[in-house]
Amino acid sequence: MTPVTPLLEAKGVGKHFGGVQALSGVSFTIARGDIYGMIGPNGAGKTTLFNLLTGIYQPDAGIFLLNGRNLQKLKPHQIAGAGIARTFQNIRLFANLSALENVMIGRHVRTHAGVIGAVLRMRSTMDEEHAIERRALELLDYVGIRARANEAAGNLPYGDQRRLEIARALATEPALLALDEPAAGMNASETLTLRTLLQDIRRDGTTILLIEHDMRLVMNVCDRVLVLDYGERIAEGPPVEIQRDPRVVEAYLGASHAA
Amino acid sequence: MRKDGRWVKAGIAMLAVALLLLPFALSYAGTAWVRIANYALLYVLLALGLNIVVGFAGLLDLGYIAFYAVGAYAYALLASPQFGLHLPFWVILPIGAGVAALFGVMLGAPTLKLRGDYLAIVTLGFGEIVRIFLNNLSQPVNITHGPQGIAGIDPVRIGGIDFSRSDSMLGIVVSGPMKYYYLLLALMLAIVVVNVRLQDSRIGRAWEAIREDEVAARAMGIDTTAMKLLAFAMGASFGGVAGGMFAAIQGFISPESFVLVESVMVVSMVVLGGMGNIAGVILGAVLLAFVPEILRWTVEPAQRALFGRTLVEPEVIRMLIFGLALVLVMLFRPAGLLPSAVRKRELTQDRAS
Repeated sequence: MTPVTPLLEAKGVGKHFGGVQALSGVSFTIARGDIYGMIGPNGAGKTTLFNLLTGIYQPDAGIFLLNGRNLQKLKPHQIAGAGIARTFQNIRLFANLSALENVMIGRHVRTHAGVIGAVLRMRSTMDEEHAIERRALELLDYVGIRARANEAAGNLPYGDQRRLEIARALATEPALLALDEPAAGMNASETLTLRTLLQDIRRDGTTILLIEHDMRLVMNVCDRVLVLDYGERIAEGPPVEIQRDPRVVEAYLGASHAA
Repeated sequence: MRKDGRWVKAGIAMLAVALLLLPFALSYAGTAWVRIANYALLYVLLALGLNIVVGFAGLLDLGYIAFYAVGAYAYALLASPQFGLHLPFWVILPIGAGVAALFGVMLGAPTLKLRGDYLAIVTLGFGEIVRIFLNNLSQPVNITHGPQGIAGIDPVRIGGIDFSRSDSMLGIVVSGPMKYYYLLLALMLAIVVVNVRLQDSRIGRAWEAIREDEVAARAMGIDTTAMKLLAFAMGASFGGVAGGMFAAIQGFISPESFVLVESVMVVSMVVLGGMGNIAGVILGAVLLAFVPEILRWTVEPAQRALFGRTLVEPEVIRMLIFGLALVLVMLFRPAGLLPSAVRKRELTQDRAS
């Protein structure tokens, strides 16, 4: 058996804010093609981990390796360039721009046109511009909101905004798509379409890291799940094992329920 | 659609003819009016430059006039008896634009993490620093000649055409100010084209993204540092071009021309016309540059005719009306006279986010 480099490897990642240890020594690996869940009670450090992974904060300890490449000291835009795209827990769309423009902005990191090309309307720039628009429309179609391409992102219904954020992230051609509570605020049928969308994205070759509170979604869609509590890894494995893990039950329901 | 396109084309053609004939019409009223039109065009250049920084990238710059000053002094130092240099126009203008762009980066680099009010304060300080430097750079080595300013600046000469003199071509007399008018009009057109084309480009979208949400822009792979510096540099370089033209037209410059009120005036033009909308910005600049002059020429005679003497100085009325106009616009059209669609959404809708 030859060892395969995992897509993402976190080694001993830690972060403290003042006296609060938000994360301590968290390690995990995400295999290519997986949907990898991350769960834990509120304040467990899930979003902090996301922010460390995407370069918004720098970890105090530990490293992330994407395809074996160390992400240390990279700025957020460089991490997007390296192949990690994210969505935000509290949606951060460009609310006053159209849905189409939002996705077109996602293409920025994979395109090259500069000032001179734009001012002179050079052939290559115009071709690129058309390709950007075409791809953006395809992605809107992919997540199912193409009909709303020209509406202001901030005016879309909540579920559509979540999907638009996913389309925008996909526009950066990520190797790893990191979703921070995509189902938050969705009703049951919206969550169901989201589940299909996640499975489509995985099928089309993008690995997904998913923070989610909707346990049914996590257990149904994830290949493996990491459980955090008070900034520490308390369990990791396939959903079936996680559900039976006494430490997980304790973290969620309190000690008395642990069998 | 096609019919609309035809109307737009016809409109543009008529506007072009009107703009070309305007100086002849104005010179009937007196050459002074052609000069006023020239100053209005200078303000349009400034407002369009500032629009890149404020309107596109959303970075409030209250020291923009500093770049105008840098461009003007670059021109003055390279084409006046001050250093005995007399470089040609087409060499100086790019140098002026380049030096101003450099100053733009100098202002941009230390302020990258600032936004809104905080950025406004720092840029305001920057504008004052530049002016005070110009005021004091007469010692120990006399560079700017201090508060006395620099006189005897060369007028623009292109080929055999001297912009300080009248020429008659085909029996039509074209005065110096009229030549400058056409030169400024050409520059304005160039800057409009740059603005329009950038707005709908990958770069323009990156600026919009930064204006909307910087954290999300970064997460989408936009190098916000580079893009902000680019906005500062480009805006500044247009300011520098306008400054160079100002020096050439005036023939004399001093730090007094680059005071804070001028920065405020340019910001007002952008805001009044409609941030981020090119047509709006031009309208704002033309209105704020022209209306005060019209008032200056009408208020006093009107008072004389009515009361037999001047009761209120025209300058007082001018500021009064100016203030009132700004208040009214902010009340009734907060996104400007001709708002951009995006800005309108920003300012007229409440969202829970």
